[in-house]
Amino acid sequence: MTQIGLFIPCYVDQLYPRVGLATWRILRGLGLDVEYPKSQTCCGQPMANSGCGDAARPLAERFLDVFGKYKHVVTPSGSCASMVRNHYDQWLAGKPGFDHLKSNTFELCEYLVDIVGVTRADGDFPGRVGIHMSCHGLRELRMARSSERMDAPFDKVRGLLAQLRGIELVTLSRPDECCGFGGTFAVAEQAVSCMMGRDRIADHERAGAQVIAGFDMSCLMHLEGLIRREGKPLKVAHVAEMLEGARLS
Amino acid sequence: MTGHPERALPFVLDQPRAHWHDESLWFVRQKRDRQASALPEWEELRNAAHAIKSHTMSRLADYLALFESNAVANGIQVHWARDANEHNEIVYGILAERGVTRLVKSKSMLTEECHLNPYLEARGVEVTDTDLGERIVQLRKEPPSHIVLPAIHLKRQDIGALFHDQLGTEAGAADPAYLTEAARGHLRDKLLNAGAGLTGVNFAVAETGGVVVCTNEGNADMGASLPPIHIACMGLEKIVPRLADLAVFVRLLARSATGQPVTAYTSHFNGPRAGGEMHVVIVDNGRSKILAEETFRRSLNCIRCGACLNTCPVYRRSGGYSYGYTIPGPIGSVLAPHRDPAAHASLPFASSLCGSCSDVCPVKVDLHHQLLAFRERLVKEGKTSSAKSLAMSVMSTVFQRPWMYGAGGWLMRRVVPLMPRFVLYGPWNPWGLQRELPPMPSESFRDLLEKEETR
Repeated sequence: MTQIGLFIPCYVDQLYPRVGLATWRILRGLGLDVEYPKSQTCCGQPMANSGCGDAARPLAERFLDVFGKYKHVVTPSGSCASMVRNHYDQWLAGKPGFDHLKSNTFELCEYLVDIVGVTRADGDFPGRVGIHMSCHGLRELRMARSSERMDAPFDKVRGLLAQLRGIELVTLSRPDECCGFGGTFAVAEQAVSCMMGRDRIADHERAGAQVIAGFDMSCLMHLEGLIRREGKPLKVAHVAEMLEGARLS
Repeated sequence: MTGHPERALPFVLDQPRAHWHDESLWFVRQKRDRQASALPEWEELRNAAHAIKSHTMSRLADYLALFESNAVANGIQVHWARDANEHNEIVYGILAERGVTRLVKSKSMLTEECHLNPYLEARGVEVTDTDLGERIVQLRKEPPSHIVLPAIHLKRQDIGALFHDQLGTEAGAADPAYLTEAARGHLRDKLLNAGAGLTGVNFAVAETGGVVVCTNEGNADMGASLPPIHIACMGLEKIVPRLADLAVFVRLLARSATGQPVTAYTSHFNGPRAGGEMHVVIVDNGRSKILAEETFRRSLNCIRCGACLNTCPVYRRSGGYSYGYTIPGPIGSVLAPHRDPAAHASLPFASSLCGSCSDVCPVKVDLHHQLLAFRERLVKEGKTSSAKSLAMSVMSTVFQRPWMYGAGGWLMRRVVPLMPRFVLYGPWNPWGLQRELPPMPSESFRDLLEKEETR
């Protein structure tokens, strides 16, 4: 059984290929047995979040066909991982292999921390960085404690990035407010969506960030779209690109 | 038909005011965080509240019957209303039979839901809301824009102008203490001359047959104590089984609502005062229909604290009126489409599904999952745009065929960079109104991977 089926979300494949490649190199760099099944396309989240369950169902079924054979499925997206883990039940419950797929699909950072057991990230990333905590990774995968909850704090993303040499992680006034992407929300509610995005960017700017780091390119695509329109000097970066050059152990 | 995006737009366009609204509510959220973090058992309280409410809902009929028999034994007259109209008829009937023409009310979102005020006013009853925020919006002939902070959309200058106009305060005066004093004098007069007082109900305790009202201004207590008749109106989901259960809910309510450890007044009304009358009106108005639905029944656990409104990044930036329903924000967006799916079809989509509402909710209603579930129902019922559903099924068709997906992506990455800006960023592209599209890379990940593997 190949250990890892690499799931590269459709928009990452087409628009952010470097993020996919960085993820591949990180996993390979750890000596892991990774395969990228070429018949994969999309997990169906855009359809499901639009309420079009009938359009999403065949994509969920395909996903199980394509990825059911791997021990683990890893993806550089919290939102897509959550789709598989938390929203496929309605279509796939009881199907052979689904229970395994559901409990073995991981976002990259949580895979590194929880499954591989990475505790050290030996690399460089000089600069002031604000972490954008994308909502589905935060509140559906519990990659960190959300600011609403009062149990013991933890943060799997910060834990990795904080070890890079030269990095200075800035403190935001609202640590985990939504950026306003929200899939089709970004288009259907563009006025509110863009105000949310600009407010998020302003928080990072006030904190002195030069780079907004995140684990979901969808949120970063929305923020970068606003940043570029307004000609701001801020950059966005996916954690995979930031960790690519580091030695993980 | 206009939906949430169209109603939100003017609110967003007034940027200074939208930012002020966002900051005001975020301030309340931060107060809530401070109070909640002071209790090491906060998450256990949420679990307990969720369990008690879920249990109560599973045996609601039994607890309602128990409440009624205990309330009647306490000398309370209990009335049952199937819908808003029956509720209004019952309240008016009580007033009309006793010749009451002046009613004072403390805060009750249920009577807003039933549109009681215009019903009574059309029949010659003078209705005065005595909660300060409620009185302000009543004088402005507006509904509340928030379920706990009814006038949160107004600045003190707006209230100064209103009071100058209606209560004769000095022109230009906007000092909160001065304005509050003016309102107190005005409301005291109304309270002293009322024939009956109406209150809402925060909790109805089945084992005691009494009701509990939580307020900060003492207006509910004056309204229930000065006139000889007290009418308490409650949705049928307000029941808790035991008095001891209040120890969980009262600790959660004020902390979640306003970031106070407890409301200034937590008043228990267990029966009529000597020589007076007490009525409880129990209202269904669609609630039992929600109870029958497995996916949505948890929304009846809501204790109306408003925390989901305060934390919602969309509510804070679009205001209460953009929802077009008595209860705005995430909980309103779940409740409204039950009442009229076509009229409120945009509300479950007025959310980025960030899930902050679900995490802040003191009774753990899975709000963002309910919003998602409602989207699917609205699509199935044909209440949403058919163009969007068509686009989604086309996308699905493409994604079911890897060659089509690959070719489509290849084409997009080549065609988009060739398109002139005025075509790409025309008004038909809502993404591009304020945002750039991502740069189109010449190679996809699979292209890069092929090179990587042959390297």
